[in-house]
Amino acid sequence: MRFRLNGSEVDIEAHPMKRLLDVVREECGLSGTKEGCGEGECGACTVLVNDMPVCSCLVPFAHVEGARVVTIEGLGGDHPLQKAFAEEGAAQCGMCTSGMILTAEGLGSNPAREEIKTRLAGTLCRCTGYTAVYRAVQKAKQS
Amino acid sequence: MRRTAVSSLQLLQPRSLEEAVRMMRDEESLIPLAGGTDIYVSINCGRPPGRRYLNLWQLDELRGIEVRGESLRIGTLTTYTDLIRSGLVQQHLPILASAAREVGAVQIQNRGTLGGNIANASPAGDSLPVVAAAEGVVVLQSVGGERRVAFNEFYTGYRQSVMRADELIIAVEIPPVEGKQWFRKVGTRAAQAISKVVMAAVRAPAPRIALGSVAPTVMRLGNTEAALAAGASLDEAEKVLLAEVRPIDDIRSTAAYRRRVSANLLRRFWSDTAGQGSAQE
Repeated sequence: MRFRLNGSEVDIEAHPMKRLLDVVREECGLSGTKEGCGEGECGACTVLVNDMPVCSCLVPFAHVEGARVVTIEGLGGDHPLQKAFAEEGAAQCGMCTSGMILTAEGLGSNPAREEIKTRLAGTLCRCTGYTAVYRAVQKAKQS
Repeated sequence: MRRTAVSSLQLLQPRSLEEAVRMMRDEESLIPLAGGTDIYVSINCGRPPGRRYLNLWQLDELRGIEVRGESLRIGTLTTYTDLIRSGLVQQHLPILASAAREVGAVQIQNRGTLGGNIANASPAGDSLPVVAAAEGVVVLQSVGGERRVAFNEFYTGYRQSVMRADELIIAVEIPPVEGKQWFRKVGTRAAQAISKVVMAAVRAPAPRIALGSVAPTVMRLGNTEAALAAGASLDEAEKVLLAEVRPIDDIRSTAAYRRRVSANLLRRFWSDTAGQGSAQE
């Protein structure tokens, strides 16, 4: 089945009900997407499908036919959000980080703190206490 | 709990609604799959609702929000994000957008659908009290044609409805709603939490009040509405409400808490919608 993964056209064979999370990690070998709760509560498995953050543990592979999928690897490494997270110490264990960054990516420039909090309400972090995360997002989204 | 092996599951992929309803008629026990935000939770914890699924997601004819005659017609695959962004929803039924904003967080809002919320039939479904208070109509499709069922007659018991095994929910129609609209969800936190109590209401000469998470199905408070319409005081209306709701103790809350909060919400609805002003949450 064909879809775009991190900007490149790919053709992957997998069961249509296989979770996008597992296809990305196992068939595509991209382990930056993490499995947390497996029920859409924690956001660790967030990827972008057609620019929208979704929990990849709840998406059947069949649903990304022809779609654009972006995982954390697709941001390269020098993305402003990635740099700000590193600079601000916004990651500790790293489990939530790719979900945090991909979810924050859709915010406009200069978002209000409340806007950031609402946007990230479905990406749970158990280490940082969120303050550094919000600071990093604010920094990266400053225009 | 072990995750369900996907190799034991099957996905049928119709290319049109016509083909989808034919499959629903011809195949045994097919489970329609829309955004997957409920079904995959069950699959992931090893309790799949079935083995064979019917993929609806690619059927674009089931998406979209439009005005048809007097009503607002919302396609079954319309996501919460679509509802939040819709000018038509904002104009006709702003409390539906309010409810959509309180479903999960953005990841779930991008995938969860209105039709899926109705089909899943949880008494805690956030959009359901809104559709009940708006006196929405569920549009069902089978090979035999379309049929319309008043939403307030759709559920027959806990996770039971009048829908037949060969039917699909294809849309929800919302007739014009006169009066001030009001919505409030009470849960552990704003995002992600499933409601402890959720209320949608309309302030009009004949007020409408719908509650979720206080009975086996979403419910309209017909007696409370009648009391208020007849000019009962709030204290009297509260007594009627407390006799009308049937909450239980469960993992999220207790029956006693839900009764208290239901009464509080009634009072809040009534004071928030008193006096002049435009429809809003």
